[in-house]
Amino acid sequence: MTVLTSTKTKKVPTPGSNRLVHELPREKLAWMLQRMCEIRYFEEKAEDLYIRGLVHGTMHLSIGMEAGSVGSIATLRPEDLIIHHHRGHGHTIAKGADLTIMMAEFLGRETGYCRGRGGSMHIADIPGGNLGATGVVGGGIPTAVGIALALQMRRSEQILLSYFGDGATNEGEFHESLNMASVWKLPVVFICDNNQYGMSMHTSRSMNVEKVSMRAASYGIPGVTVDGNDVLAVYEAVLTADERARSGQGPSLVDCLTYRWRGHSKSDRNLYRTNQEIDEWKQKCPIKRFKQVLVDAAIMTRDEVEGIDQTAKTAVDHAAEEAQTFPEPSPENMEDEVYAL
Amino acid sequence: MTREITYLEALREAMVQEMRTDKEVFLIGEDVGTYGGAFGVSKGMLEEFGSERVRDTPISEAAIAGAATGAALMGMRPIMEIMFMDFLTISTNQLVNAAAKMRFMFGGKCSIPMVIRAPSGSGTGAAAQHSQSLEAWFVNVPGIKVVAPSSPYDAKGLLVTAIRDNNPVLFMEHKLLYRMKGPVPEESYGIPLKSAEVKREGRDLTIVAYSIMVPRALEAAEKLAAEGIEVEVVDPRSLKPLDTETIIRSVSKTGRVLIAHEAPTTGGFGGELAAVIAASEAFDFLDAPIRRLAGRDVPIPYNRTLERAAVPQVEDIVAAARALAQEGK
Repeated sequence: MTVLTSTKTKKVPTPGSNRLVHELPREKLAWMLQRMCEIRYFEEKAEDLYIRGLVHGTMHLSIGMEAGSVGSIATLRPEDLIIHHHRGHGHTIAKGADLTIMMAEFLGRETGYCRGRGGSMHIADIPGGNLGATGVVGGGIPTAVGIALALQMRRSEQILLSYFGDGATNEGEFHESLNMASVWKLPVVFICDNNQYGMSMHTSRSMNVEKVSMRAASYGIPGVTVDGNDVLAVYEAVLTADERARSGQGPSLVDCLTYRWRGHSKSDRNLYRTNQEIDEWKQKCPIKRFKQVLVDAAIMTRDEVEGIDQTAKTAVDHAAEEAQTFPEPSPENMEDEVYAL
Repeated sequence: MTREITYLEALREAMVQEMRTDKEVFLIGEDVGTYGGAFGVSKGMLEEFGSERVRDTPISEAAIAGAATGAALMGMRPIMEIMFMDFLTISTNQLVNAAAKMRFMFGGKCSIPMVIRAPSGSGTGAAAQHSQSLEAWFVNVPGIKVVAPSSPYDAKGLLVTAIRDNNPVLFMEHKLLYRMKGPVPEESYGIPLKSAEVKREGRDLTIVAYSIMVPRALEAAEKLAAEGIEVEVVDPRSLKPLDTETIIRSVSKTGRVLIAHEAPTTGGFGGELAAVIAASEAFDFLDAPIRRLAGRDVPIPYNRTLERAAVPQVEDIVAAARALAQEGK
C-alpha cells in the first residue's frame, strides 16, 4: 500500500497497482472499471439534468473521487454493509444500486430508492446493504458504531464500511465514535474520503496534523493514508482493514487522499482554490489512470477498456431516460409514513 | 400479584422482564453496569444479563445515541440511558437527524425501535445543567415519540410499551419520582401510548398535568376539595402521540382548564395543549380563559428557595386553580 508523505500523489501507477493488477481476477478489474465509469457518467448526467432545471435542490458530486468508493467496496462480500455521506453517489453505485432506481430517487420519483423522500443526499438501499447517506457532516459515524455493535452482538461475519469526509474528522462525533468502536473492537472500517476541502476550508487550515490517518493513534487503531486516486491502492489498504475488522481485532482508519473536481455543491464558485490546482488534479483522473494500468499490464486492450466505458455510459443514459417517465409521489398521507406501526 | 414498589423499581422491572423475553433488547449508557446507573435504576441488571447487554459506555453521549440508533436500524431494541436529560443536547444530532428521520427519509424502508431513558426535572439541587425538562424540543420533531409517566404503575406499563414500539421513544423519568411508591403488578403489562388517564374526577375544573406535576396536582386537588372545589386531573402520559379526546372531553365537562408543567412557559408543551383545546369543541364550553402554570422562564437555579420558585409547587397549583375556579363567576 502507498503511504504518502505529502499531499501530492504520484503520477505513475504505484507498486500496489502493478502487483494487484496481476493478482485480481480480470472480471473483478472489469467490474471496478465499469463501476467507476458509471459513477462518472451518473454524476455528469445528474449535473446535466440539474442545469436543464429537471432536478430540485442541490447535489454533491464526487467526480474525480471514484477510486475511493469503488476500491473500498470491491473488497466486500455481498452481505457486508456500508453507511456513508452526502457525497454518496459513488458508494451507492459501487454497492450495487440499480442505476434507474437511483436516478429516480435523484429526480424525486415515487419509484426511487427512498420514494422521493430522500433525494441525492440521502440515498439508501437497505436490502442491498447500503444503510444510507447522512447530510450532516460526520453524522453517519456514530450510527456506524451502532450498526457494527449489532453485528458484533449477533456474532455476524459481516463488516461495515463507514465513510465520511476530511471535514468530518474535526467533528466531536468522529472522536467519540472511533474511540468507542476501538474500545469495543467493532467490525467496522472507517474510511475518510479525503478530498482536502471541507466546503471551502483546506485541511491545512482545519487540522494541525499532516495526515488524517495520524488521528488513528488517538484510538489505538491502525491508520493509513493511501493514494485515493489509485483504485487498487485503496483496495489493498481497505482489504487489510477488512480482515482486521472481520477477525474481531477492531476498526482501522483508511484515509483516501483525493480531490473533487466540482465545487462542494451547486452554490460553489471555487473562490478558495485555483483553476491551476483543479487542472492538476484532473490530470490525475482515477479512471484514465486505471484504464492505463489495465492496458499497460495487458489485462485488457484499449478497445476493451473503452468498451466497458461505453457500456457504463449507455447504462446511465438509459437509466436517466427511464427514470424521467416515473411518477411523482403524492403528498397525501405523508404523515402515515413517519412512524412505523 | 400487585405490590408496592418504587417508580425506579418499576422501571427496572420493565427492562428486566423485556430483556428476559426478547434477546434483542439491551441497555446501553454511562455507568449502567457495575454502578447500577447514576440513580440506581439498573442496579443488579449487570449480574443477570452480563456486560454485553448491560453495556457501560465511555462518556460519549453522541456515540451512545449513535450506537443505539445504528443497533435499532439493524433490528435490535436498544434502551439508551442518558445520565441526565440535559445531556441529550450532545446526543441531539443522532436523535433528531438520524433516529427520527431515517424511516421517512429512506422511504419507509427501515424502522428505529429504540428507547431513550432520560432522567429529567428539578428539585434535587443540581442547578441549571442537570435539571431540565426538554420535552418540547423533541415533541416538535416528527419521528420521535415522547412519554412522561407520573406513577410507578404507569412507569412500568409505559416503558414496556416503549421498548416494544418500533420507533424512537423519548422516555422522561422525573428524578423526584424515582422514590415514589405505588401498586404495580408483578407480571408484565403494557399501557398503550396515546391513552390519557383521568387521575381524579371532578366537576369544577380540569388540570392537565404530566410527570411530576401529576402528584402535585393531585395533592392540590385534595386541598381544594376541602374548600369545595372539585378538580379533575388528566394525565396525557404520552405527549406524542397525544390523546386529545380524553383532554377535550374533560374540559368540555368542567368548562375550565389549567395546564401544568415544569418546563419553562414560553414555547412549552402547554402551548400545544392550549391550542388543541382552544381549537376543539371544548372551546364552546369554556367559562374562563385557558390558563397555563409552568416553569418560569429562567434556567433552574441552585439555591433551594430559588429552585422551588422556578417551577410550579403544590401551593402554586392550589392558588392558580382556586383563582381559575372563580374566574368569570
